[in-house]
Amino acid sequence: MTLSPNSITAPRKRRSRQALAPWLFLAPGLAMFLVYVIVPVFQSMWVSFFDWDGLSPKTWVGIANYIELIDDEAFYTSLKNNVIWLALYMLAVPAGLMIALFLNQTVRGIRIYKSLFFFPFVISQVVVGLIFSWFYAPDFGLLYKLIEWLTGSQVAILADEHLVTYGIIAAGLWPQIAYCMILYLTGLNAVAPDQIEAARLDGAKGWKMLWYVVLPQLRPATFIALVVTVIGALRSFDLVSIMTSGGPYGSSRVLSYYMYEQALSEYGYRMGYGAAIAVVLFAIMMIFISGFIWKMWRDEQGAR
Amino acid sequence: MFPRPIQTLSPTAQWAYKIALPVMLILWLLPLIGVAMTSVRPSSDLAAGNYFGWPSALAFDNYITVFKNTALDKYLLNSFKVTIPTVIGAVGLSCLTGFALAVYKFKANLLLFFMFVAGNFVPFQILMVPVRDLTVHLGLYNTISGLALFHIAFQTGFCTLFMRNFIKALPFDLIEVARVEGVSEWQIFRHVVMPLMRPAIAALSVLIFTFIWNDYFWAMVLTTGADTQPITAGLNSLNGQWIAAWHLVSAGSILAALPPVIMFFAMQRHFIAGLTLGAVK
Repeated sequence: MTLSPNSITAPRKRRSRQALAPWLFLAPGLAMFLVYVIVPVFQSMWVSFFDWDGLSPKTWVGIANYIELIDDEAFYTSLKNNVIWLALYMLAVPAGLMIALFLNQTVRGIRIYKSLFFFPFVISQVVVGLIFSWFYAPDFGLLYKLIEWLTGSQVAILADEHLVTYGIIAAGLWPQIAYCMILYLTGLNAVAPDQIEAARLDGAKGWKMLWYVVLPQLRPATFIALVVTVIGALRSFDLVSIMTSGGPYGSSRVLSYYMYEQALSEYGYRMGYGAAIAVVLFAIMMIFISGFIWKMWRDEQGAR
Repeated sequence: MFPRPIQTLSPTAQWAYKIALPVMLILWLLPLIGVAMTSVRPSSDLAAGNYFGWPSALAFDNYITVFKNTALDKYLLNSFKVTIPTVIGAVGLSCLTGFALAVYKFKANLLLFFMFVAGNFVPFQILMVPVRDLTVHLGLYNTISGLALFHIAFQTGFCTLFMRNFIKALPFDLIEVARVEGVSEWQIFRHVVMPLMRPAIAALSVLIFTFIWNDYFWAMVLTTGADTQPITAGLNSLNGQWIAAWHLVSAGSILAALPPVIMFFAMQRHFIAGLTLGAVK
Protein backbone atom coordinates (compact mmCIF):
# COMPACT_ATOMS: atom_id res chain seq x y z
CA MET A 1 0.00 0.00 0.00
CA THR A 2 1.55 3.31 -1.01
CA LEU A 3 0.41 6.87 -1.03
CA SER A 4 -1.01 7.88 -4.36
CA PRO A 5 0.70 10.35 -6.69
CA ASN A 6 -1.93 12.85 -5.59
CA SER A 7 -0.28 13.31 -2.26
CA ILE A 8 2.94 14.29 -4.01
CA THR A 9 1.36 16.97 -6.15
CA ALA A 10 -0.87 18.15 -3.32
CA PRO A 11 -0.04 21.47 -1.62
CA ARG A 12 2.78 21.43 0.87
CA LYS A 13 0.45 22.14 3.78
CA ARG A 14 -1.39 18.92 3.05
CA ARG A 15 1.85 16.95 3.06
CA SER A 16 3.14 18.33 6.31
CA ARG A 17 -0.24 17.63 7.83
CA GLN A 18 0.06 14.03 6.68
CA ALA A 19 3.48 13.79 8.28
CA LEU A 20 2.19 15.04 11.59
CA ALA A 21 -1.13 13.19 11.61
CA PRO A 22 0.15 9.68 12.49
CA TRP A 23 1.93 11.03 15.56
CA LEU A 24 -1.18 12.77 16.77
CA PHE A 25 -3.17 9.57 16.37
CA LEU A 26 -0.44 7.56 18.07
CA ALA A 27 0.30 9.92 20.95
CA PRO A 28 -2.15 8.81 23.68
CA GLY A 29 -1.86 5.05 23.12
CA LEU A 30 1.86 5.13 22.56
CA ALA A 31 2.47 7.23 25.66
CA MET A 32 0.52 4.82 27.88
CA PHE A 33 2.20 1.80 26.37
CA LEU A 34 5.66 3.29 26.83
CA VAL A 35 5.03 4.29 30.44
CA TYR A 36 3.40 1.05 31.55
CA VAL A 37 5.07 -1.60 29.38
CA ILE A 38 8.24 -0.64 27.51
CA VAL A 39 9.97 1.51 30.14
CA PRO A 40 9.22 -0.93 33.01
CA VAL A 41 11.06 -3.71 31.16
CA PHE A 42 14.25 -1.65 31.36
CA GLN A 43 13.50 -0.45 34.88
CA SER A 44 13.23 -4.08 36.00
CA MET A 45 16.62 -4.82 34.50
CA TRP A 46 18.01 -1.83 36.39
CA VAL A 47 16.36 -2.83 39.68
CA SER A 48 17.83 -6.33 39.38
CA PHE A 49 21.23 -4.83 40.25
CA PHE A 50 19.97 -3.52 43.58
CA ASP A 51 18.98 -4.75 46.97
CA TRP A 52 15.60 -3.16 47.58
CA ASP A 53 12.60 -3.78 49.82
CA GLY A 54 10.38 -1.41 47.86
CA LEU A 55 10.38 1.36 50.45
CA SER A 56 13.81 2.30 51.78
CA PRO A 57 16.53 3.55 49.39
CA LYS A 58 17.99 1.02 46.97
CA THR A 59 21.47 -0.37 47.56
CA TRP A 60 23.63 -1.14 44.53
CA VAL A 61 24.82 -4.74 44.68
CA GLY A 62 26.00 -5.24 41.09
CA ILE A 63 25.42 -8.76 39.86
CA ALA A 64 25.08 -10.19 43.37
CA ASN A 65 21.43 -11.10 42.78
CA TYR A 66 22.37 -13.14 39.73
CA ILE A 67 25.21 -14.84 41.59
CA GLU A 68 22.77 -15.76 44.33
CA LEU A 69 20.49 -17.30 41.70
CA ILE A 70 23.24 -19.70 40.64
CA ASP A 71 23.24 -21.33 44.07
CA ASP A 72 19.50 -21.13 44.64
CA GLU A 73 17.92 -24.56 44.77
CA ALA A 74 14.40 -23.11 44.47
CA PHE A 75 15.40 -21.25 41.32
CA TYR A 76 16.45 -24.50 39.66
CA THR A 77 13.26 -26.25 40.69
CA SER A 78 11.26 -23.41 39.14
CA LEU A 79 13.35 -23.42 35.99
CA LYS A 80 13.02 -27.17 35.65
CA ASN A 81 9.26 -26.91 36.11
CA ASN A 82 9.08 -24.21 33.45
CA VAL A 83 10.80 -26.57 31.01
CA ILE A 84 8.31 -29.32 31.87
CA TRP A 85 5.45 -26.85 31.40
CA LEU A 86 6.77 -25.78 28.04
CA ALA A 87 7.31 -29.34 26.80
CA LEU A 88 3.97 -30.73 27.95
CA TYR A 89 1.99 -27.66 26.94
CA MET A 90 2.98 -28.39 23.36
CA LEU A 91 0.61 -31.36 23.53
CA ALA A 92 -2.20 -28.83 23.33
CA VAL A 93 -1.44 -28.24 19.65
CA PRO A 94 -1.91 -31.81 18.33
CA ALA A 95 -4.69 -32.48 20.85
CA GLY A 96 -6.52 -29.36 19.69
CA LEU A 97 -6.12 -30.49 16.09
CA MET A 98 -7.54 -33.93 16.91
CA ILE A 99 -10.65 -32.48 18.54
CA ALA A 100 -11.06 -30.02 15.68
CA LEU A 101 -10.95 -32.89 13.17
CA PHE A 102 -13.45 -34.79 15.26
CA LEU A 103 -15.84 -31.84 15.29
CA ASN A 104 -15.37 -30.73 11.69
CA GLN A 105 -18.64 -32.22 10.45
CA THR A 106 -21.97 -30.79 9.46
CA VAL A 107 -24.50 -32.65 11.56
CA ARG A 108 -27.40 -31.19 13.49
CA GLY A 109 -26.37 -29.18 16.54
CA ILE A 110 -22.67 -29.29 15.76
CA ARG A 111 -22.29 -25.57 16.38
CA ILE A 112 -23.43 -25.99 19.96
CA TYR A 113 -20.99 -28.85 20.42
CA LYS A 114 -18.18 -26.68 19.10
CA SER A 115 -19.00 -23.88 21.53
CA LEU A 116 -19.32 -26.24 24.46
CA PHE A 117 -15.96 -27.82 23.68
CA PHE A 118 -14.52 -24.33 23.66
CA PHE A 119 -16.04 -23.54 27.04
CA PRO A 120 -12.96 -24.15 29.25
CA PHE A 121 -11.09 -21.34 27.55
CA VAL A 122 -13.70 -18.74 28.44
CA ILE A 123 -13.64 -19.31 32.18
CA SER A 124 -10.86 -17.78 34.24
CA GLN A 125 -7.83 -19.78 35.23
CA VAL A 126 -8.73 -19.16 38.86
CA VAL A 127 -11.98 -21.05 38.33
CA VAL A 128 -10.20 -23.75 36.30
CA GLY A 129 -7.75 -24.11 39.20
CA LEU A 130 -10.55 -24.46 41.74
CA ILE A 131 -12.38 -26.95 39.51
CA PHE A 132 -9.31 -29.15 39.21
CA SER A 133 -8.46 -28.83 42.91
CA TRP A 134 -11.88 -30.27 43.54
CA PHE A 135 -11.33 -32.92 40.85
CA TYR A 136 -8.06 -34.03 42.50
CA ALA A 137 -9.13 -33.55 46.11
CA PRO A 138 -8.25 -36.47 48.40
CA ASP A 139 -11.15 -38.55 49.76
CA PHE A 140 -13.89 -37.11 47.58
CA GLY A 141 -12.34 -35.77 44.37
CA LEU A 142 -13.72 -37.37 41.23
CA LEU A 143 -10.33 -38.33 39.84
CA TYR A 144 -9.09 -39.48 43.23
CA LYS A 145 -12.07 -41.80 43.54
CA LEU A 146 -11.62 -43.01 40.00
CA ILE A 147 -7.97 -43.91 40.56
CA GLU A 148 -8.84 -45.57 43.86
CA TRP A 149 -11.54 -47.60 42.15
CA LEU A 150 -9.31 -48.61 39.23
CA THR A 151 -6.04 -49.34 41.02
CA GLY A 152 -6.90 -49.45 44.69
CA SER A 153 -4.16 -46.95 45.51
CA GLN A 154 -4.79 -43.54 47.02
CA VAL A 155 -3.08 -40.73 45.17
CA ALA A 156 -3.31 -37.15 46.37
CA ILE A 157 -1.89 -35.53 43.26
CA LEU A 158 -1.52 -32.00 44.59
CA ALA A 159 0.21 -33.16 47.77
CA ASP A 160 2.74 -35.35 45.97
CA GLU A 161 6.02 -33.62 45.15
CA HIS A 162 6.57 -35.71 42.06
CA LEU A 163 3.08 -35.46 40.60
CA VAL A 164 2.00 -31.99 41.54
CA THR A 165 3.46 -30.15 38.54
CA TYR A 166 1.90 -32.63 36.14
CA GLY A 167 -1.44 -32.25 37.87
CA ILE A 168 -1.35 -28.49 37.44
CA ILE A 169 -0.21 -28.75 33.82
CA ALA A 170 -3.15 -31.07 33.09
CA ALA A 171 -5.45 -28.38 34.44
CA GLY A 172 -3.72 -25.81 32.22
CA LEU A 173 -3.95 -28.01 29.16
CA TRP A 174 -7.72 -28.14 29.43
CA PRO A 175 -8.34 -24.53 28.33
CA GLN A 176 -5.24 -24.48 26.13
CA ILE A 177 -6.45 -27.46 24.07
CA ALA A 178 -9.78 -25.68 23.66
CA TYR A 179 -7.97 -22.62 22.34
CA CYS A 180 -5.92 -24.62 19.81
CA MET A 181 -9.08 -26.46 18.79
CA ILE A 182 -10.87 -23.25 17.87
CA LEU A 183 -7.86 -22.04 15.90
CA TYR A 184 -7.84 -25.26 13.90
CA LEU A 185 -11.60 -25.29 13.40
CA THR A 186 -11.39 -21.84 11.85
CA GLY A 187 -8.40 -22.99 9.81
CA LEU A 188 -10.17 -26.11 8.56
CA ASN A 189 -12.98 -23.91 7.27
CA ALA A 190 -10.54 -22.23 4.95
CA VAL A 191 -8.94 -25.41 3.57
CA ALA A 192 -9.50 -25.48 -0.20
CA PRO A 193 -12.08 -28.24 -0.95
CA ASP A 194 -10.91 -28.75 -4.55
CA GLN A 195 -7.41 -29.66 -3.39
CA ILE A 196 -8.82 -32.22 -0.99
CA GLU A 197 -11.00 -33.68 -3.75
CA ALA A 198 -8.06 -33.78 -6.16
CA ALA A 199 -5.89 -35.54 -3.59
CA ARG A 200 -8.73 -37.94 -2.89
CA LEU A 201 -8.94 -38.84 -6.57
CA ASP A 202 -5.21 -39.53 -6.43
CA GLY A 203 -5.92 -42.03 -3.66
CA ALA A 204 -4.69 -39.98 -0.69
CA LYS A 205 -6.52 -40.60 2.56
CA GLY A 206 -6.22 -40.72 6.33
CA TRP A 207 -2.84 -39.75 7.79
CA LYS A 208 -1.25 -39.15 4.41
CA MET A 209 -3.97 -36.73 3.42
CA LEU A 210 -3.67 -34.98 6.78
CA TRP A 211 0.10 -34.70 6.66
CA TYR A 212 0.68 -33.80 3.01
CA VAL A 213 -2.48 -31.96 2.00
CA VAL A 214 -4.32 -30.59 5.02
CA LEU A 215 -1.56 -29.61 7.45
CA PRO A 216 0.36 -27.45 4.95
CA GLN A 217 -2.83 -25.46 4.44
CA LEU A 218 -3.27 -25.13 8.20
CA ARG A 219 0.10 -23.46 8.69
CA PRO A 220 -1.20 -20.05 9.78
CA ALA A 221 -3.35 -21.77 12.41
CA THR A 222 -0.44 -23.89 13.59
CA PHE A 223 1.76 -20.82 13.88
CA ILE A 224 -0.71 -18.95 16.06
CA ALA A 225 -1.40 -22.09 18.11
CA LEU A 226 2.33 -22.46 18.80
CA VAL A 227 2.69 -18.79 19.73
CA VAL A 228 -0.19 -18.75 22.19
CA THR A 229 0.85 -22.09 23.68
CA VAL A 230 4.45 -21.04 24.33
CA ILE A 231 3.29 -17.76 25.83
CA GLY A 232 0.68 -19.58 27.91
CA ALA A 233 3.23 -22.07 29.24
CA LEU A 234 5.70 -19.39 30.28
CA ARG A 235 2.99 -17.18 31.75
CA SER A 236 1.65 -19.93 34.00
CA PHE A 237 1.03 -18.25 37.32
CA ASP A 238 -2.65 -18.34 38.17
CA LEU A 239 -2.98 -22.10 38.40
CA VAL A 240 0.13 -22.57 40.53
CA SER A 241 -0.99 -19.80 42.86
CA ILE A 242 -4.55 -21.09 43.20
CA MET A 243 -3.93 -24.82 43.34
CA THR A 244 -0.79 -25.18 45.46
CA SER A 245 0.83 -21.80 46.17
CA GLY A 246 3.99 -23.41 44.84
CA GLY A 247 3.87 -26.31 47.30
CA PRO A 248 4.33 -28.93 48.61
CA TYR A 249 7.78 -27.71 49.74
CA GLY A 250 8.05 -25.42 46.73
CA SER A 251 8.03 -28.35 44.33
CA SER A 252 5.44 -26.87 41.97
CA ARG A 253 6.93 -23.38 41.70
CA VAL A 254 7.57 -21.90 38.30
CA LEU A 255 9.71 -18.82 37.62
CA SER A 256 6.74 -16.48 37.40
CA TYR A 257 5.45 -17.64 40.77
CA TYR A 258 8.84 -17.74 42.45
CA MET A 259 9.45 -14.16 41.32
CA TYR A 260 6.17 -13.01 42.83
CA GLU A 261 6.94 -14.87 46.03
CA GLN A 262 10.36 -13.27 46.40
CA ALA A 263 9.21 -9.77 45.54
CA LEU A 264 5.92 -9.58 47.41
CA SER A 265 5.59 -12.37 49.91
CA GLU A 266 5.28 -12.41 53.64
CA TYR A 267 8.94 -13.42 53.86
CA GLY A 268 9.85 -9.84 53.04
CA TYR A 269 9.95 -7.80 49.90
CA ARG A 270 13.03 -8.64 47.85
CA MET A 271 12.30 -6.52 44.78
CA GLY A 272 15.85 -6.69 43.41
CA TYR A 273 16.07 -10.45 43.63
CA GLY A 274 12.58 -10.80 42.20
CA ALA A 275 13.52 -8.53 39.32
CA ALA A 276 16.57 -10.71 38.60
CA ILE A 277 14.32 -13.79 38.34
CA ALA A 278 11.98 -11.83 36.06
CA VAL A 279 14.91 -10.88 33.84
CA VAL A 280 15.81 -14.56 33.44
CA LEU A 281 12.19 -15.39 32.55
CA PHE A 282 12.13 -12.45 30.16
CA ALA A 283 15.33 -13.68 28.49
CA ILE A 284 13.79 -17.11 27.92
CA MET A 285 10.64 -15.52 26.53
CA MET A 286 12.71 -13.19 24.33
CA ILE A 287 14.12 -16.19 22.44
CA PHE A 288 10.59 -17.04 21.36
CA ILE A 289 9.38 -13.47 20.92
CA SER A 290 12.23 -12.63 18.56
CA GLY A 291 11.44 -15.76 16.57
CA PHE A 292 7.79 -14.72 16.19
CA ILE A 293 8.68 -11.14 15.35
CA TRP A 294 11.22 -12.30 12.78
CA LYS A 295 8.58 -14.42 11.06
CA MET A 296 5.99 -11.64 11.14
CA TRP A 297 8.59 -9.21 9.82
CA ARG A 298 9.32 -11.52 6.88
CA ASP A 299 5.60 -11.85 6.13
CA GLU A 300 5.30 -8.04 6.23
CA GLN A 301 8.15 -7.68 3.73
CA GLY A 302 6.49 -10.28 1.52
CA ALA A 303 3.19 -8.40 1.64
CA ARG A 304 4.69 -5.22 0.26
CA MET B 1 -13.79 -31.13 3.28
CA PHE B 2 -11.53 -32.98 5.66
CA PRO B 3 -12.19 -35.34 7.28
CA ARG B 4 -14.64 -36.94 4.86
CA PRO B 5 -18.23 -35.84 5.65
CA ILE B 6 -19.89 -38.35 7.92
CA GLN B 7 -22.95 -38.38 5.61
CA THR B 8 -20.93 -40.23 2.95
CA LEU B 9 -20.12 -43.07 5.36
CA SER B 10 -22.21 -46.10 6.32
CA PRO B 11 -25.29 -45.65 8.56
CA THR B 12 -23.48 -47.51 11.36
CA ALA B 13 -20.63 -44.99 11.29
CA GLN B 14 -23.14 -42.18 11.34
CA TRP B 15 -24.83 -43.63 14.39
CA ALA B 16 -21.50 -44.18 16.10
CA TYR B 17 -20.61 -40.54 15.49
CA LYS B 18 -23.92 -39.34 16.86
CA ILE B 19 -23.34 -41.30 20.05
CA ALA B 20 -19.66 -40.38 20.32
CA LEU B 21 -20.39 -36.65 20.22
CA PRO B 22 -22.29 -36.34 23.50
CA VAL B 23 -20.11 -38.94 25.23
CA MET B 24 -16.94 -37.05 24.35
CA LEU B 25 -18.52 -33.78 25.39
CA ILE B 26 -19.49 -35.13 28.81
CA LEU B 27 -15.99 -36.52 29.35
CA TRP B 28 -14.46 -33.24 28.22
CA LEU B 29 -16.60 -31.16 30.56
CA LEU B 30 -16.61 -33.67 33.42
CA PRO B 31 -14.75 -31.45 35.92
CA LEU B 32 -17.06 -28.56 35.14
CA ILE B 33 -20.21 -30.66 35.38
CA GLY B 34 -18.99 -31.96 38.73
CA VAL B 35 -18.52 -28.46 40.07
CA ALA B 36 -21.87 -27.29 38.73
CA MET B 37 -23.57 -30.20 40.51
CA THR B 38 -21.66 -29.56 43.71
CA SER B 39 -22.79 -25.95 43.65
CA VAL B 40 -26.44 -27.00 44.03
CA ARG B 41 -25.78 -29.79 46.50
CA PRO B 42 -27.02 -29.27 50.06
CA SER B 43 -24.18 -29.31 52.59
CA SER B 44 -25.90 -32.24 54.30
CA ASP B 45 -25.16 -34.33 51.19
CA LEU B 46 -21.47 -33.56 51.46
CA ALA B 47 -21.48 -34.41 55.14
CA ALA B 48 -23.19 -37.73 54.36
CA GLY B 49 -20.57 -38.55 51.74
CA ASN B 50 -22.88 -38.13 48.77
CA TYR B 51 -20.35 -36.48 46.47
CA PHE B 52 -21.26 -37.84 43.07
CA GLY B 53 -24.78 -39.19 43.34
CA TRP B 54 -27.78 -37.14 42.40
CA PRO B 55 -28.16 -34.25 44.90
CA SER B 56 -30.85 -35.13 47.44
CA ALA B 57 -32.36 -31.70 46.80
CA LEU B 58 -31.47 -28.75 44.63
CA ALA B 59 -29.92 -26.33 47.08
CA PHE B 60 -29.94 -23.03 45.25
CA ASP B 61 -29.58 -21.41 48.65
CA ASN B 62 -25.86 -22.17 48.36
CA TYR B 63 -25.84 -19.20 46.01
CA ILE B 64 -27.81 -17.08 48.45
CA THR B 65 -25.47 -18.08 51.28
CA VAL B 66 -22.47 -17.06 49.22
CA PHE B 67 -23.97 -13.62 48.65
CA LYS B 68 -25.15 -13.15 52.22
CA ASN B 69 -22.08 -14.30 54.11
CA THR B 70 -19.30 -12.97 51.96
CA ALA B 71 -18.28 -9.91 50.01
CA LEU B 72 -18.85 -11.74 46.74
CA ASP B 73 -21.22 -9.06 45.48
CA LYS B 74 -18.56 -6.41 46.10
CA TYR B 75 -15.95 -8.43 44.27
CA LEU B 76 -18.26 -8.91 41.31
CA LEU B 77 -19.05 -5.20 41.18
CA ASN B 78 -15.33 -4.39 41.32
CA SER B 79 -14.74 -6.70 38.40
CA PHE B 80 -17.23 -4.75 36.32
CA LYS B 81 -15.72 -1.47 37.46
CA VAL B 82 -12.28 -2.55 36.26
CA THR B 83 -13.35 -4.37 33.13
CA ILE B 84 -15.74 -1.92 31.46
CA PRO B 85 -13.45 1.15 31.53
CA THR B 86 -10.58 -1.03 30.33
CA VAL B 87 -12.57 -2.25 27.34
CA ILE B 88 -13.56 1.30 26.41
CA GLY B 89 -10.08 2.69 27.00
CA ALA B 90 -8.03 0.02 25.24
CA VAL B 91 -10.34 -0.33 22.26
CA GLY B 92 -10.63 3.46 21.90
CA LEU B 93 -6.89 4.09 22.05
CA SER B 94 -6.13 1.28 19.65
CA CYS B 95 -8.60 2.59 17.05
CA LEU B 96 -6.31 5.62 16.90
CA THR B 97 -2.97 3.79 17.00
CA GLY B 98 -4.17 1.10 14.61
CA PHE B 99 -5.35 3.74 12.16
CA ALA B 100 -2.02 5.56 12.37
CA LEU B 101 0.01 2.42 11.74
CA ALA B 102 -2.21 1.08 8.97
CA VAL B 103 -2.76 4.23 6.92
CA TYR B 104 0.40 6.36 7.11
CA LYS B 105 3.76 5.54 5.69
CA PHE B 106 6.57 6.87 7.87
CA LYS B 107 9.96 5.65 8.91
CA ALA B 108 9.24 4.41 12.42
CA ASN B 109 6.01 2.69 11.39
CA LEU B 110 7.06 -0.97 11.39
CA LEU B 111 9.36 -0.45 14.35
CA LEU B 112 6.51 0.94 16.44
CA PHE B 113 4.18 -1.80 15.27
CA PHE B 114 6.58 -4.52 16.34
CA MET B 115 7.16 -2.73 19.62
CA PHE B 116 3.44 -3.05 20.34
CA VAL B 117 3.49 -6.69 19.30
CA ALA B 118 6.56 -7.59 21.35
CA GLY B 119 5.40 -5.68 24.42
CA ASN B 120 2.20 -7.66 24.31
CA PHE B 121 4.12 -10.93 24.71
CA VAL B 122 6.42 -10.05 27.63
CA PRO B 123 6.00 -11.96 30.89
CA PHE B 124 4.04 -9.92 33.42
CA GLN B 125 6.70 -10.40 36.06
CA ILE B 126 9.20 -8.19 34.23
CA LEU B 127 6.70 -5.34 34.60
CA MET B 128 5.61 -6.09 38.13
CA VAL B 129 8.08 -4.18 40.31
CA PRO B 130 8.16 -0.93 38.27
CA VAL B 131 4.41 -0.90 37.59
CA ARG B 132 3.61 -1.44 41.25
CA ASP B 133 6.08 1.28 42.19
CA LEU B 134 4.61 3.69 39.62
CA THR B 135 1.09 2.96 40.83
CA VAL B 136 2.12 3.61 44.45
CA HIS B 137 3.75 6.91 43.45
CA LEU B 138 0.66 8.02 41.55
CA GLY B 139 -1.32 7.39 44.72
CA LEU B 140 -3.35 4.77 42.89
CA TYR B 141 -2.20 1.66 44.71
CA ASN B 142 -5.19 -0.38 45.85
CA THR B 143 -7.62 1.62 43.72
CA ILE B 144 -9.76 0.45 40.86
CA SER B 145 -8.47 3.21 38.59
CA GLY B 146 -4.87 2.16 39.22
CA LEU B 147 -5.64 -1.37 38.10
CA ALA B 148 -7.72 -0.23 35.12
CA LEU B 149 -5.05 2.23 33.93
CA PHE B 150 -2.46 -0.51 33.75
CA HIS B 151 -4.85 -2.84 31.94
CA ILE B 152 -5.72 -0.15 29.38
CA ALA B 153 -2.05 0.46 28.66
CA PHE B 154 -1.12 -3.20 28.40
CA GLN B 155 -4.11 -4.26 26.30
CA THR B 156 -3.43 -1.41 23.88
CA GLY B 157 -0.58 -3.59 22.56
CA PHE B 158 -2.78 -6.48 21.53
CA CYS B 159 -5.58 -4.21 20.33
CA THR B 160 -3.19 -2.20 18.16
CA LEU B 161 -1.95 -5.37 16.51
CA PHE B 162 -5.51 -6.39 15.77
CA MET B 163 -6.80 -2.98 14.63
CA ARG B 164 -3.83 -2.25 12.42
CA ASN B 165 -4.20 -5.54 10.56
CA PHE B 166 -7.93 -5.01 10.25
CA ILE B 167 -7.65 -1.48 8.84
CA LYS B 168 -4.85 -2.57 6.52
CA ALA B 169 -7.25 -5.03 4.90
CA LEU B 170 -9.83 -2.30 4.18
CA PRO B 171 -9.96 -0.84 0.65
CA PHE B 172 -7.44 2.00 0.65
CA ASP B 173 -9.14 3.78 -2.28
CA LEU B 174 -11.79 5.06 0.09
CA ILE B 175 -9.20 7.05 2.00
CA GLU B 176 -7.55 8.24 -1.22
CA VAL B 177 -10.82 9.50 -2.64
CA ALA B 178 -11.60 11.33 0.59
CA ARG B 179 -8.15 12.94 0.57
CA VAL B 180 -8.58 14.17 -2.98
CA GLU B 181 -11.90 15.65 -1.91
CA GLY B 182 -9.99 17.59 0.71
CA VAL B 183 -11.42 15.84 3.74
CA SER B 184 -9.21 16.35 6.81
CA GLU B 185 -7.33 13.39 8.30
CA TRP B 186 -9.45 13.40 11.43
CA GLN B 187 -12.65 13.44 9.38
CA ILE B 188 -11.35 10.54 7.32
CA PHE B 189 -10.74 8.59 10.49
CA ARG B 190 -14.06 9.56 12.01
CA HIS B 191 -16.38 9.24 9.02
CA VAL B 192 -14.65 6.98 6.50
CA VAL B 193 -12.75 4.40 8.53
CA MET B 194 -14.57 4.23 11.88
CA PRO B 195 -17.90 3.05 10.41
CA LEU B 196 -16.07 0.14 8.76
CA MET B 197 -14.37 -0.84 12.01
CA ARG B 198 -17.51 -1.97 13.80
CA PRO B 199 -16.80 -5.70 13.51
CA ALA B 200 -13.26 -5.21 14.80
CA ILE B 201 -14.50 -3.11 17.70
CA ALA B 202 -17.07 -5.75 18.61
CA ALA B 203 -14.52 -8.57 18.41
CA LEU B 204 -11.97 -6.76 20.54
CA SER B 205 -14.55 -5.68 23.10
CA VAL B 206 -15.70 -9.20 23.91
CA LEU B 207 -12.16 -10.49 23.93
CA ILE B 208 -10.75 -7.78 26.18
CA PHE B 209 -13.77 -8.11 28.46
CA THR B 210 -12.93 -11.78 28.95
CA PHE B 211 -9.19 -11.21 29.37
CA ILE B 212 -9.62 -8.50 31.98
CA TRP B 213 -12.46 -10.20 33.82
CA ASN B 214 -10.26 -13.26 34.16
CA ASP B 215 -7.11 -11.40 35.17
CA TYR B 216 -5.72 -12.58 38.46
CA PHE B 217 -2.06 -11.62 38.59
CA TRP B 218 -2.46 -7.85 38.38
CA ALA B 219 -5.38 -7.92 40.76
CA MET B 220 -3.07 -9.57 43.29
CA VAL B 221 -0.24 -7.13 42.67
CA LEU B 222 -2.13 -3.83 42.55
CA THR B 223 -5.06 -4.32 44.92
CA THR B 224 -5.80 -5.78 48.35
CA GLY B 225 -9.08 -6.31 50.13
CA ALA B 226 -12.75 -6.54 49.24
CA ASP B 227 -13.15 -2.83 48.46
CA THR B 228 -11.00 -2.97 45.37
CA GLN B 229 -10.24 -6.57 44.43
CA PRO B 230 -12.03 -8.13 41.48
CA ILE B 231 -13.72 -11.50 41.67
CA THR B 232 -10.68 -13.59 40.67
CA ALA B 233 -8.60 -12.34 43.58
CA GLY B 234 -11.73 -12.42 45.73
CA LEU B 235 -12.28 -16.11 45.00
CA ASN B 236 -8.73 -16.80 46.08
CA SER B 237 -9.26 -15.26 49.50
CA LEU B 238 -12.72 -16.79 49.88
CA ASN B 239 -11.19 -20.16 49.04
CA GLY B 240 -8.90 -19.67 52.01
CA GLN B 241 -11.87 -18.96 54.29
CA TRP B 242 -14.07 -21.77 53.04
CA ILE B 243 -11.75 -24.67 53.61
CA ALA B 244 -13.59 -27.80 52.54
CA ALA B 245 -16.90 -25.99 52.04
CA TRP B 246 -16.92 -27.14 48.46
CA HIS B 247 -20.57 -26.36 47.81
CA LEU B 248 -19.78 -22.69 48.50
CA VAL B 249 -16.51 -22.69 46.55
CA SER B 250 -18.37 -24.20 43.61
CA ALA B 251 -21.20 -21.69 43.75
CA GLY B 252 -18.68 -18.83 43.89
CA SER B 253 -16.74 -20.26 40.96
CA ILE B 254 -19.83 -20.59 38.82
CA LEU B 255 -20.84 -17.01 39.58
CA ALA B 256 -17.36 -15.76 38.71
CA ALA B 257 -17.40 -17.67 35.42
CA LEU B 258 -20.85 -16.50 34.37
CA PRO B 259 -20.28 -13.01 32.90
CA PRO B 260 -17.58 -14.01 30.38
CA VAL B 261 -19.56 -17.13 29.49
CA ILE B 262 -22.69 -15.08 28.77
CA MET B 263 -20.56 -12.66 26.77
CA PHE B 264 -19.11 -15.53 24.78
CA PHE B 265 -22.44 -17.08 23.90
CA ALA B 266 -23.99 -13.74 23.04
CA MET B 267 -21.19 -12.68 20.73
CA GLN B 268 -19.61 -15.94 19.70
CA ARG B 269 -18.74 -15.06 16.14
CA HIS B 270 -16.97 -11.84 17.14
CA PHE B 271 -15.17 -13.62 19.94
CA ILE B 272 -13.70 -16.23 17.65
CA ALA B 273 -12.79 -13.67 14.98
CA GLY B 274 -10.85 -11.86 17.67
CA LEU B 275 -9.06 -14.92 18.99
CA THR B 276 -7.76 -16.04 15.65
CA LEU B 277 -6.26 -12.54 15.27
CA GLY B 278 -7.98 -12.45 11.91
CA ALA B 279 -4.94 -14.31 10.59
CA VAL B 280 -6.76 -17.56 9.89
CA LYS B 281 -9.69 -16.64 7.77
